[in-house]
Amino acid sequence: MERISFRKDLLNKKLGRRAFVLGATQLVLVGFLIRRMRELQLQESEKYQLLAEENRIDIRILPPKRGIIFDGDGRPLAKNRENYRLRIIKEKAKDPSEVLKNISSLILLRDERKAEILSEIERKKSYIPVTVIENISWNDFVQITVNLPSLPGILPEVVFKRFYLEDNFLAHVIGYVGSISESDLKTISTIDPILQIPDFQIGKVGVEKGLDSFLRGTVGLIRHEVNASGRVIRKLHEDPSSSGRDIHLTINSLLQEFAMYRIEEFSASVVVIDLETGGIPCLASSPSFDPNQFVEGMSQKDWDSLRNSENQPLANRAISGNYPPGSTFKMLVAIAAIEAGLVDPGELVNCSGFYEISDRKFHCWKSSGHGDKNLVEGIQESCDVYFYTLALRVGIDRIVETSKKFGIGMDVSLPLPGVSKGLLPSKSWLKSNYKKQWVKGHTINSGIGQGFLLSTPLQIAIMIARLATGLEVKPNLVKAIDGKPVKNQSKRIIGIKKTTFSIIQKAMFNVVNEKTGTAYKSRVVDKSKILAGKTGTSQIRKISEEERVKGIKKNEELPRGQRDHALFAGYAPFVNPKYAISVVVEHGGGGSKVAAPIARDVLLFALSGAIPALNAYPIDQRNEVRLTLDKIREKIALKKTRRG
Amino acid sequence: MHWPLVILVLVIAAFGFLMLYSVAEGDFEKWARPQIERFVIGFAFMLIIGFIHIDFWRVCSPFVYFIGIFLLIFVLFFGDYGGGARRWLEFGSFRFQPSEVIKVGLVMFLAIYYDWLQPEKVSKIFWVFIPAMIILLPTALVIPQPDLGTGTLIAITGLTIMFVAGGHYLYFLGGLLLLPGLLGLIFYSRGTSWQLVTDYQFGRIDTFLNPTHDPLGEGYQITQSKIALGSGGLEGKGFMQGSQSQLDFLPQKHTDFIFTTIAEEFGFFGGVGLLLMYSVIIIFCVVSAITNKNKFGSLLTIGLATVFFTYFFINIAAVTGMAPVTGVPLPLISYGGSAMLVVLGTFGLIQSAHIHRLLKRD
Repeated sequence: MERISFRKDLLNKKLGRRAFVLGATQLVLVGFLIRRMRELQLQESEKYQLLAEENRIDIRILPPKRGIIFDGDGRPLAKNRENYRLRIIKEKAKDPSEVLKNISSLILLRDERKAEILSEIERKKSYIPVTVIENISWNDFVQITVNLPSLPGILPEVVFKRFYLEDNFLAHVIGYVGSISESDLKTISTIDPILQIPDFQIGKVGVEKGLDSFLRGTVGLIRHEVNASGRVIRKLHEDPSSSGRDIHLTINSLLQEFAMYRIEEFSASVVVIDLETGGIPCLASSPSFDPNQFVEGMSQKDWDSLRNSENQPLANRAISGNYPPGSTFKMLVAIAAIEAGLVDPGELVNCSGFYEISDRKFHCWKSSGHGDKNLVEGIQESCDVYFYTLALRVGIDRIVETSKKFGIGMDVSLPLPGVSKGLLPSKSWLKSNYKKQWVKGHTINSGIGQGFLLSTPLQIAIMIARLATGLEVKPNLVKAIDGKPVKNQSKRIIGIKKTTFSIIQKAMFNVVNEKTGTAYKSRVVDKSKILAGKTGTSQIRKISEEERVKGIKKNEELPRGQRDHALFAGYAPFVNPKYAISVVVEHGGGGSKVAAPIARDVLLFALSGAIPALNAYPIDQRNEVRLTLDKIREKIALKKTRRG
Repeated sequence: MHWPLVILVLVIAAFGFLMLYSVAEGDFEKWARPQIERFVIGFAFMLIIGFIHIDFWRVCSPFVYFIGIFLLIFVLFFGDYGGGARRWLEFGSFRFQPSEVIKVGLVMFLAIYYDWLQPEKVSKIFWVFIPAMIILLPTALVIPQPDLGTGTLIAITGLTIMFVAGGHYLYFLGGLLLLPGLLGLIFYSRGTSWQLVTDYQFGRIDTFLNPTHDPLGEGYQITQSKIALGSGGLEGKGFMQGSQSQLDFLPQKHTDFIFTTIAEEFGFFGGVGLLLMYSVIIIFCVVSAITNKNKFGSLLTIGLATVFFTYFFINIAAVTGMAPVTGVPLPLISYGGSAMLVVLGTFGLIQSAHIHRLLKRD
């Protein structure tokens, strides 16, 4: 018995030992749990606090309203329209096709559209909202909002969509907005958080792009506390967005509309500059397009036809079209010569129809020749031989120097993308670009605004503005930002003698108002609105000697692409001028025949503020003019009634 | 009666009511009230069991075990599905898992076995084989439910009793060596015709190994649970201030995942405080077992303490991302009736063993 009880005690001791080991093991395991909690709650706490906040707080971005664009008289040109739309977030929808099915039981949603949405959802990351439908009616919107609990992942939103009131008439100036793209982000250097908003609309073309930083506004934020199913529990913080700034342009939309109708049938452009302010009331380029198409989204087919159209409706010819200025350039050659003292304005130069230099013939447009002509007559009748002679006498260096003073070949600062600099060829330019020596033939071509010389309709308008005023007129497009007028720089006087200007202005007066002037048919008889200017017909093909013998083909006989460009640059009234204008009609034929009448109509509209009265036109033209003007009047009236 | 243990159970349960009130966002009726009602019943149940003589429970032991086995077989054919497994039995509005019963039954049966067995035979092969079979039978019945986690727990519980009863170290060493081989075999069987566990169980293991893989699917629970814990920090966000639980980011926040809310709202202090209270219960039990002169009572106490330990250890290990989620509730705190009754019942048995600890047989 003794032995057994001893052994029992030993066994109990063993049990106790084992129980102790087990208990200790369990406490060590608890120690592991505590260590794990220390890791989560003390060491990595910050990370998890952040994640908990991310869970809890839903940050919604409040996109700002884009600034409104007005014309100079306060007529709205680009506004924001409310757009009720639905978007879907896959991550919250769980089963998007089910959700879409539920939507289509409430509002109309075509099956094809559903398939499109589903494939887009598949392509995008699960947290990125995908548009289900846009521009739905208020009633449909309410239907959806009321049924939201059964539509998980659906975001009903009211956003503002850009709307252009003057559809085609200001497309090139205003431009349009579109969703920000990867390539846009690359070109924008400033980091604005707003640009990170998917589908954010930024200016793509026109002043929408040029003034985007003003129009854009600043983004707002709203922080909501949400629960796991995304339901908003309460608003924590709101940082309202601030609208973009409103812009008043210098554009006069009535004048613009008139000009656009006037050049509707051409590939042409019209630029008008207000000589007092430098403001541009008209910057027309034809053909045009409807910018609203870009905002609404257009089919690939429509886009292709716009982009590939031979007439290039997307191009803003007024600022980016490069044309030889032709005879409109002759005034600058004359000024260079007078200022250098190399010509006496009274000196006569004989024109026999051509100018011969080292066995090469340079022809005058008038093959029979002009006879003996002085400077004013040379401009008035646009004698090429006179200017060949003058150009050679002055030399290209002086011509280049004078041209720069009048803005030819110079940068123009306007808040528009795509403003071209044109091309003012010089000896050094030829050498560095073509590795060629400048020869007299180059100077002769430059003397009549041909050859390498290229300028934009805007530059030609600037040149004329400076010739008309003797001041360094600088064009601008923005009249006021948020109602505050934009100050224009004071205009400097161009360093050229007043008498020289008088001679040139007299010549431009004669072009339009003397019987032998090339634009005599486009004169204005209203004494308060007298027009002065210069025609230009820039040849874009080489006329062979053989053709000259047989008789030069008329423009009408040529295929359109080979016809001359028609130009007219002028200003009115002759005394105390108010507006300068340049008109370029691509392949339009003669400047006097096509471009000058357009310039006259547009300038008269600008001066009278309405479709011009017939009494400003010469009596014998009134019937013809009436036809043209009545047609435009009808179109304007039609457009008005269509708009209601 | 071990009064400190009773008080500790009351304190933990009261803490649980508080948390159920909090996760219901201040709604007392939703979870806290029914839980209190059940607790009151369970607590009375515990006291009654405690005051009943230990010899009665000794006699009952084989019956509890075999009733458990019967229920396990029954549930395999007639059980209700829940959480992807057929593991529930329903009697009217009362739902419970037979695997809870067998845990207690197994401990009781093994305790009486070793109480009966002469000590010197403990490590003889034949006398090791018999308890091994006693353990293997319920384990084999639970795993096909499928419930790999509970099956493993049952096996571990049985083994600890064999260990405490004095089985030779070499058996456990051998078992420890066999374990990796078994795990390897399980993973090797994946996708074959003789796959040892179901796809559902593999899915759980996958989720455990990489919870971020599918944050909105199975791993969502674990990810959100870790966020709740981590964001609680040292002191917590305050009572009813836990954004993760109050805003419903935590699934099962009132049942298996309630510990995350405790740790979120009361921080490291709160979570560790609870763990310490649980640990003190374990210490009370181990001390009670060591000082118990009655072998049955001693083994019963240590075995049931281990069952209790596995509950809270597995639960907290799962919500902290250390172990796969197996659907084990947090004892005395998680909302639910059957687990509460079982846990309080085991404390009743532990009390009974404690009260009669000086009663030496033979």
